[in-house]
Amino acid sequence: MDDLRELYQEMILDHSKRPRNFGPLPGAEREAKGNNPLCGDRVTVFLAMENGVVKDVRFVGAGCAISMASASMMTEMVKGKTAEEARTLFARFHHLVTEEDGGEALGGPDLDKLEVFAGVRQFPIRVKCATLPWHTLAAALERRIEEVTTE
Amino acid sequence: MSLEAAEKSWQAPKASDYDVWRVREDFPILKQRIYGNPLVFLDTAASAQKPQAVIDAVRRCYETEYANIHRGVYYLSERATEAFEAARRKVQALLNAREAREIVFVRGATEAINLVAHSYGRTFLNAGDEILISHIEHHSNIVPWQILCQEKGLKLRVAPVDDSAELVLDEYARMLNDRTKFVAITHISNAVGTITPIKEIIRLAHQRGIPVLVDGCQAVPHMRVDVQDLDCDFYVFSGHKLYGPSGIGALYGKAEHLEAMPPYQGGGEMILSVTFEKTEYNVIPFKFEAGTPHIAGAIGLGAAVDYVNDVGIERIAAHESALLAYATERISEFKGLRVIGTAKEKASILSFVLEGVHPHDVGTVLDRDGIAVRAGHHCAQPVMERFGVPATVRASLAMFNTVEDVDALIASIRKARELFG
Repeated sequence: MDDLRELYQEMILDHSKRPRNFGPLPGAEREAKGNNPLCGDRVTVFLAMENGVVKDVRFVGAGCAISMASASMMTEMVKGKTAEEARTLFARFHHLVTEEDGGEALGGPDLDKLEVFAGVRQFPIRVKCATLPWHTLAAALERRIEEVTTE
Repeated sequence: MSLEAAEKSWQAPKASDYDVWRVREDFPILKQRIYGNPLVFLDTAASAQKPQAVIDAVRRCYETEYANIHRGVYYLSERATEAFEAARRKVQALLNAREAREIVFVRGATEAINLVAHSYGRTFLNAGDEILISHIEHHSNIVPWQILCQEKGLKLRVAPVDDSAELVLDEYARMLNDRTKFVAITHISNAVGTITPIKEIIRLAHQRGIPVLVDGCQAVPHMRVDVQDLDCDFYVFSGHKLYGPSGIGALYGKAEHLEAMPPYQGGGEMILSVTFEKTEYNVIPFKFEAGTPHIAGAIGLGAAVDYVNDVGIERIAAHESALLAYATERISEFKGLRVIGTAKEKASILSFVLEGVHPHDVGTVLDRDGIAVRAGHHCAQPVMERFGVPATVRASLAMFNTVEDVDALIASIRKARELFG
C-alpha cells in the first residue's frame, strides 16, 4: 500500500475529488481539448491572457484521479505566470514525473505543490495521465485548434 | 448480510472433476510474482496465457521441423507442410467445419473481418445496401464495415441492446429488410460478456437470404462452437485468445462463398501460375493465404486446440461459469459498484465501475496487488457510451483461474474503495 500512497497522496486525492478552477471560462480567448485514448481521460483547458500573462485559467473534463488532480493543480500554479514561465513549469513537471529529480537545472518557477506528483515516476503507465492537462495547456497557449492526444 | 458474513457462508462451487491446480501447472507464466504478489491473471479476454504444450510446439517447430511450406521438395519442407495442414484440420474439427478448405489462416480475427469486408463486401454489396451489426461489437467488427460503407455508399445499421446488454431480438428482426445484404454480429461480447442468440440471429437473416459473419473471438475459448449447426456463413477467431500464439487466427467461410470471392491480398502462394498477361489464382483456401504464413503460429494454434480438447471445452466452460457466478455474487456486495453487462446468459467476463473511482485508478491499485485486469473502453467505445461510462474495469476468467483469484480481486477492490473513499 506504501507504493500506492506515494502515488495517491492526500493532496492528489483531494484535488481529484474537489478540482479547483473547474468549469468553463466565459470570455476565454484560447481553448484546447486533450484526450488520453488509453484510458479515456478528457480535458479542455480555457485560457484568458493579458499582456502575455495568464489572467485566468479553468478546465473541464473527466478522467482518472491523476489527470484531474494534475489539471486542478496546474491551473492554480499557472495563474499569474507568463506564457514562458508556464511552458518552463510544464518542462519541469514532465521532468519530475519521468526522471529522478524535479528538473531544477531547467530553471524557471518552483514546482511547489506539484512535487506531490513525484510518485508518478514509479508508475510509468500513468505518466500520460499526469501530463495530459499540461500538453493541453501548451496547445492552448499556442492556440492550436486540433485536439491534443497523448498518443 | 455483512460482507464478512457473506464470505463465511458462501460455499464456493467446484466443478466436479476439474483440477484447476493441475491445469495451472501447465502455464509457466503463472509462477511469476508481481510486486511481490502472486500473479492473478484476469485479462484473458485481451489475450490468453500459453500452456507449456503450445510453447513447446512452437519451439519444436523452429528447432526440428521448420522450413517454408507447400513448395519445397525436401524432407523438412514436407514435415513443416504436414504440421501446418494438420493444424488446419484441427481448426476444422474445432469448429466442425465440413471441409478443411473452408478454413483460411489469417493473422487474427481483425484481418479475417477485413478480408471478408474487402473480398465479399466490395464484390457483392452495392450502393444503398445495408449492413447490420449490433451495439456491442468490438471495433474490429465495426470499423471494417464503416470503411466499406464509406467506400461503396452503403448504410451501417446497429441493432440495439437493452439495459442488461442483451440484444433486442425483436428489434433486430424488424431491422432486417429488403436492403439488408449482410449481418455481422459477435457470438460473445468482449466488453460485457453477453452471449448473443446467434443461432436465431442467423436463422432470421437466412430467411431473407442474408449472409452472416460471426465474431467468435470470445466464444471459441469458452464454449463449443459448431459452424454447421449455426449455419453461419463466416466465423472468425484469433489464436492468441485460445491459448495459442499471437499473429495467427482463422476465418471459416462456406466453400461456396470463398470460391466466389476474389482474392484479398495478392502475392506468392495464392496463385497457380503467373505471367504478365494473365495470372491464375489458387484454389481455396490458398487463394486467401498470400505470402509465407505464420507457420510456427499455426502449429502452435494446433497445439492449443489439442490442449483445450484434452482438458475438455465443456469442463472448462462449467468451471468458468461457476467462477463467474461466484465472482458476480461477491462483487455485488460492494455498495456503489455497478456491473455493466447483466445478460441472463454470459461467459467469462465481469465488467464494472466503482462509483467515484476511475477505472484506471482501480486498475493501478489492482496491479500493485499482482492482479491483471483491463481498464478502458475495451475496443468497444459504442458499448461504453450506451451505458454512460467512459470506461470500465474488466476481469475475465480463463481455464486456469481459481476461487482464490476471485477472492484476491475482491480484496483489492475493497482496498481501492478504502483508498479513494
